[in-house]
Amino acid sequence: MSEATVYEWKPVKGFALSGLFWGAVSILIGLYISIQMWMPELNFPPYLTYGRLRAVHVNGLAFGFAVAEIFALTYYIVQRLTKQTLVFPKLAMAQLYIFNVAIVAAAVSLLMGYTQSKEYAELEWPLDIGVVILWVMFAVNVFATIIKRKVEQMYISLWYIIATVIAVAVLYIVNNLAIPVSLFKSYSLFAGVNDANVEWWYGHNAVGFVFTTPILAMFYYFLPKATGLPIYSHRLSIVAFWSLVFMYLWTGAHHLVYTPLPDWIQTVGIALTMFMIAPSWGSVVNGYYTMGGNWDKMNTNYLTKFFILGITFYGLQTIQGPTQGLRVVSQLIHFTDWVPGHVHMGTMGWVAMTVGASMYYTITKIYKTEIYSIKLANVHFWLVLIGQLIFSISMWILGIQQGAMWKAITPEDGSLTYTFMESVINNYPYWKMRTFGGALFVVGMVVFAYNIIMTVVKAGKSTETDGTPAVATGGK
Amino acid sequence: MAGTLYKKPILFAIVVTLAILAGTIVMMVLPMFSESMHPKLANLKPYTALQLAGRDVYQEDGCFYCHTQTVRPLKAEVMRYGEYSKAGEFAYDQPFLWGSKRTGPDLARVGGKYTDKWHYKHFNDPRKIFTGSNMPSYGWLADHSLDPKDAEARMLALGFPYTKEEIASLADKTKLDALVAYMQTLGSAVPKKPKQPMIAKGDKNPLIGNTTALAEGKKIFEMNCAACHGVDAKGDIGPDLTDKEWVYIQSPIGDDTVFTIIADGTKKDQEFENRKAKGGMPSWGEFFGKKRIWSLVTYIRSLEEK
Repeated sequence: MSEATVYEWKPVKGFALSGLFWGAVSILIGLYISIQMWMPELNFPPYLTYGRLRAVHVNGLAFGFAVAEIFALTYYIVQRLTKQTLVFPKLAMAQLYIFNVAIVAAAVSLLMGYTQSKEYAELEWPLDIGVVILWVMFAVNVFATIIKRKVEQMYISLWYIIATVIAVAVLYIVNNLAIPVSLFKSYSLFAGVNDANVEWWYGHNAVGFVFTTPILAMFYYFLPKATGLPIYSHRLSIVAFWSLVFMYLWTGAHHLVYTPLPDWIQTVGIALTMFMIAPSWGSVVNGYYTMGGNWDKMNTNYLTKFFILGITFYGLQTIQGPTQGLRVVSQLIHFTDWVPGHVHMGTMGWVAMTVGASMYYTITKIYKTEIYSIKLANVHFWLVLIGQLIFSISMWILGIQQGAMWKAITPEDGSLTYTFMESVINNYPYWKMRTFGGALFVVGMVVFAYNIIMTVVKAGKSTETDGTPAVATGGK
Repeated sequence: MAGTLYKKPILFAIVVTLAILAGTIVMMVLPMFSESMHPKLANLKPYTALQLAGRDVYQEDGCFYCHTQTVRPLKAEVMRYGEYSKAGEFAYDQPFLWGSKRTGPDLARVGGKYTDKWHYKHFNDPRKIFTGSNMPSYGWLADHSLDPKDAEARMLALGFPYTKEEIASLADKTKLDALVAYMQTLGSAVPKKPKQPMIAKGDKNPLIGNTTALAEGKKIFEMNCAACHGVDAKGDIGPDLTDKEWVYIQSPIGDDTVFTIIADGTKKDQEFENRKAKGGMPSWGEFFGKKRIWSLVTYIRSLEEK
């Protein structure tokens, strides 16, 4: 253990806390738009309408929260796994400041209605350039630190981090190619069917390389760290990694089932989507077997349950997702509220649980302190879990009902049984239930944020070392 | 041998890049250069400046988050919305606006389905048309006028043809006018298939005088027809159905004709028993079927001034 390595924690702290702030703002917006769904009077035009706020909610959580925590935790993991301090700490701090300015600009521009209107790629072209610059800054630091590493072998988490850095760059640049009209308006370079194919090649993999691979990097690093148990199988992680990275890019067309996209693209997309179950479950199985005979840690170590529930939701997500791609399922649930139920199991279950526990671990390490309250962390866990389950399950039930109502035919005369409006009226109780589940989740995340902030405050009171680089203590 | 890969980050990054590019090239890059990704229907026209401005509003206000623009080739869906979407309809759509969620109905075939007047009323207050609707009101778009200069720049960027007069005429149009114009163009490149008549000419209403049918007809009317014809059927966007001048002319009209108007809707100047329709009545045949339309006819006839 290299006792003398001096690590650079300032960017880790900065991104971790920035992400916490933007995450809080964005889930509150999510809660608000969930109420707008059943209370349309809460739309205040032009800025506070559902059509604009939804973009702020999604982008705020994808970029403001998830990407910020990915930056933070990647900088932590990379330094630890390479036993090498961040090569360009000033660049990382510049990246932090530009990031926060960019998020403010992004939120304002989306509220103004400046949008490319492609899902997960709403930001207009000047902001796209900003995102690319930020990503290059990130990539430079990650690669430079890995290349200068003091540990020869690269651990699994570093593989996932390298894949994330490369894939996001390729995806983001291609899908955002546009013809600018003015500073605030552009038109996609691609048209029609082709544009749809590019967008969902991007959209599906944005999920893959923002909400999956970097989170798996955290999982593979922090689960063993938190529990003290080594990953069950190195070989299984190799197989899972390469098959995941290879197959992800083939599958975007499952978002376009039954659209005018050429059939062969849909079919190949669906088939490869089914294969994706294998690499995803490779990581799930690896996680479970890592626990081996040590399941008591679910009780004794407060972080373990976050990781295990997180990977469980990842497992469920990666069974449900491919199933949804099948034509026979897609015809029923596509375009219904089932889909937001699916998405939120991934984000509120897998991502929020894993990132939350990784944050608890990292913050206590870099501030060299204990968690402010394990009890609050447990409250956080249960609220987030129950809130997410209410949200997802009510949306799945509703989605099946909607799909069934839309296709119901009256046997006597072959007419449609329900008008669209009748299906809308059926939605309201479920939409209210979702708001209730969402509210529990939000309270859980507020408890989480409070716990993190109090941990930082407590650490600040006990030592006055903040601002100077911390010295690694080597392992646990 | 393979173990060295995990000790060489540059080599590792190259292999990862190749793995990522495989699917990317086969599924996204190569199709881009095939004809099948760039079809164009014969009568598809580029957007006019006003329609494009409306499409921009549709983007700006995130309409695509709640409305799709793709009718899938599924039986119930074609019945509900119309002919399924063709690849060649979208050649001028940069970006595509197919959407991914139907909080509201699909709009791919909404063009020409309702009158402009209907759209203005609906955008102003969706609950005036559909009491259970959760759509936000968009009447405020009428307070925002279009900027002809900006509109011209947008037409140029996309290479769409336009005239100077067309651009100049935008000065006294609002964003709401543009949005309505865009609504009316949706699906216009696909010809509407003529409908199979649901009843024969001269068919009599089998449910005449049936009280259950009368009650059901009333329910259907209040939920679906009252928005345009008024709760009392005395007319609003659509004509009065209670007066002696039954749809613009003073003479008796057959139940079979009333049925046909409800089932198939009307087009401007279409003739029904020597009456010239003004157009704008949507078709309800697929929604209600024979029995419910006859119930509706029973109810409507019960309202006529005796």
